[in-house]
Amino acid sequence: MAEMTYLQAISDGLRMEMRRDERVFVIGEDVGVYGGAFKVTLGFQEEFGPWRVIDSPLAETAIVGACTGAAIMGMRPVAEMQFADFVSCAWDHLVTVAAKQRFRAGTPVPIVVRLPSGGGFSGGPFHSQNPESSFAHIPGLKCVCPATPEDAKGLLITAIQDPNPVLFFEHKHLYRRIKSEVPEERYTIPFGKARTHLEGDDVSVITWGAMVYTAGEAAKKLDEDGVSVEIIDLRTVMPWDREAVLASARKTSKVLVLHEDTRTGGFGAEIAATIAEEAFEDLDGPVKRIAAPDCPVPFSPVLEKAFIPQVDDVVAGLRELAAY
Amino acid sequence: MATNTQTEVVMPQMGVSVAEGTITKWLKAEGDPIAQDEALLEISTDKVDTEVPSPGAGVVAQIVVQEGETVDVGTVLAVIAPAGSEPAGSEAGSEVGGADVGTVTQDEMPPPPATQAAADEAMAAASEGVGDVSQAAEPAQQAPAAPAETPPAPAAAPAGGGDNGRTFLSPVVARIASEHGVDVSQVQGTGTGGRVTKKDILAFVESGASIRATPPPAEEATPQQVSATPPAAPSEVATPVAPQPPPPAAPQAPAQAVSTPQAAPRPQPQAVAGEPAQGEAVEPMTAMRRGIAEHMRRSLDTSAHVTSAIEVDMSKVVAIRGKLKQEYGTAYGVNPTYLSFVARATVETLRDFPWINGEIRGDKIVTRNYVNLGFAVELADGKGLIVPVVKNTEGLNLLGMARAVTEIAARARDKKLTPDDVQGGTFTITNPGGYGTFHGTPVISQPQAGILGTYAVVKRPWVVQDELGQDVIAVRPIMNLTLTYDHRLVDGALAGRFLRDLRKRLESWGESDY
Repeated sequence: MAEMTYLQAISDGLRMEMRRDERVFVIGEDVGVYGGAFKVTLGFQEEFGPWRVIDSPLAETAIVGACTGAAIMGMRPVAEMQFADFVSCAWDHLVTVAAKQRFRAGTPVPIVVRLPSGGGFSGGPFHSQNPESSFAHIPGLKCVCPATPEDAKGLLITAIQDPNPVLFFEHKHLYRRIKSEVPEERYTIPFGKARTHLEGDDVSVITWGAMVYTAGEAAKKLDEDGVSVEIIDLRTVMPWDREAVLASARKTSKVLVLHEDTRTGGFGAEIAATIAEEAFEDLDGPVKRIAAPDCPVPFSPVLEKAFIPQVDDVVAGLRELAAY
Repeated sequence: MATNTQTEVVMPQMGVSVAEGTITKWLKAEGDPIAQDEALLEISTDKVDTEVPSPGAGVVAQIVVQEGETVDVGTVLAVIAPAGSEPAGSEAGSEVGGADVGTVTQDEMPPPPATQAAADEAMAAASEGVGDVSQAAEPAQQAPAAPAETPPAPAAAPAGGGDNGRTFLSPVVARIASEHGVDVSQVQGTGTGGRVTKKDILAFVESGASIRATPPPAEEATPQQVSATPPAAPSEVATPVAPQPPPPAAPQAPAQAVSTPQAAPRPQPQAVAGEPAQGEAVEPMTAMRRGIAEHMRRSLDTSAHVTSAIEVDMSKVVAIRGKLKQEYGTAYGVNPTYLSFVARATVETLRDFPWINGEIRGDKIVTRNYVNLGFAVELADGKGLIVPVVKNTEGLNLLGMARAVTEIAARARDKKLTPDDVQGGTFTITNPGGYGTFHGTPVISQPQAGILGTYAVVKRPWVVQDELGQDVIAVRPIMNLTLTYDHRLVDGALAGRFLRDLRKRLESWGESDY
């Protein structure tokens, strides 16, 4: 085990796969000479050379298009969007081609698109989004949202191995703030298996990404009230671990779904609807959602704080549910 | 609301899952004087048939729903006016629809547009950078149209209406209440507005209060709770009292919605509804008959029914009963029937066979440390069957069992059962032996795992051994017993062992056993 930041763990996993498998290559804006906007691929070009660590033009369509073609020809490309927000430029390639190729033609498209996402540092409307629900809605795509360094490494290796297009949402706010012990050897973490971040009996929080930590802080305050909170970290939203969520819902009978993405049509809606369908007779209160309001991410620090769910918001929501 | 001068009689809620009831008989006619709590009519629901007592004194001013009609719970059935007052006529009926729309509306509707929309917009602009225009505009468009959509509250709503918390049952609470036969009104709620939470009801069930005769706290004692008094209570308390007029519309609607998954799927009406052919007679199905029909079909569709039978030499029971009959009759006015002996032995035997007293719930097997014994009882008119439940029979000796069975069967025949009396059974005994039948394959009462059939005690030639160990033929009172069990849970060998042990208990009944 070695202590690594979330960012180092991603870097470690990626390097490990590139050393292990010659088909794996990296492509993106400034990933080569500069080492990536967040330095995930720092030193990669020196080690693997410019043909496996490719600096691309400023064109996400070209990046994902190149990846799709290379994947069809048997490669294992890992693309980096400089910010998750820009993946919308590559929508057509991802959604129309990559997601459907296997279904149409039988050829697998094993690409990974790394997406530095999330806010909390005044990145404004173009550099702060969490677009996972848009892609979770597209059959053929998988969406991964790790919260811990250990998960980030293991899930990235699983993503690279996976024969389908995988969107890997790395939360920028966690890159250097979260540090923990990570196995040094190679390991994988399966998709669709949630992690119980905190065990509790009274209220469940279903969440992922950076909100796992927001929920954790809130749970500490609820603990002072004598309310025991269970936190389920989904790890991957597509596929997502329905069994774990329903088991927790059945256990506590009160569920809060928490995400940093905006509310309407957010993935929390799918979770809440599933709980209502499958665990209706186990509910002792409404399934509550806490999410960002339906609005672009504001630039001003004050407004951004009001936009992203904060510990106090979650505390208030949990108290309301606990008292219901 | 006119409740100060007139009292409306509504279709009572006989258990959480019951949505409607049929008027079987009016015991009073319009203009008849009536005292408070005097029986006014008889109703039939999926769960029980019962009398509805008058909620007020005076005269029956109006009968709104006629015999044979089936109406939703909460529907006004009649109006009681104070003695000497003018007959209510249709006035009272017309009030039913429109009462108190205003109060309900205020809480549920978006706030008035002018100020709130502006505030919303300002707030959105301030806190989120961009105001959501459509959201801010919505209240202005919706507000005027909305009141018309609000369902009218029944006029029977109590004046101090806002007790949503006391009456709303969350899905999980409704389910637990139904599974354990708990009258939720007896549970102290700690949730918002006094709502009974999952923790509250689980604590209540664990404390055993649901099956003991704990009287509710004084300040909560509403007439509705009297109906939940356990069967063993003195008879004057056990007189069923129909629930008071249901709470306002808002709480009632969720309560019904909640119970839907529990409620039996409504049987489809017969497709052919033509005129009867010559020689045929047609009568409407009562709610009870529909309930029985649905339950029987569903049970056969659910459980894998298998029946095993055994013959029991009842010589010892016959002898002991002969002695006890006198004693019990004189001292307690109770008849120790064969059924009470069999029930007593069954409860003892079930202790060793928890699965037969168990249930398949989802993919889990549920067992219990208690036996709530159901007894199939034919109604006096021969047109129905009900299964009242004696709770916690593991705590009853022979005398207690005999008394409980007699008492609950009498109340069943007289239609004096409460909803609580027919819920929560864990095993059932049916006794068609009174007619001389010697075998049967009864249908399991869902979600239980077994039903015991008891048949006529018949004198038969029986091979026994004399004192020299020689086989001889003797005349012995023999009773057949059948166990019909759900083979999904109970295997044939288990059922066989159960019957063997049950027979052994009955055949070796000693004078000091009770």
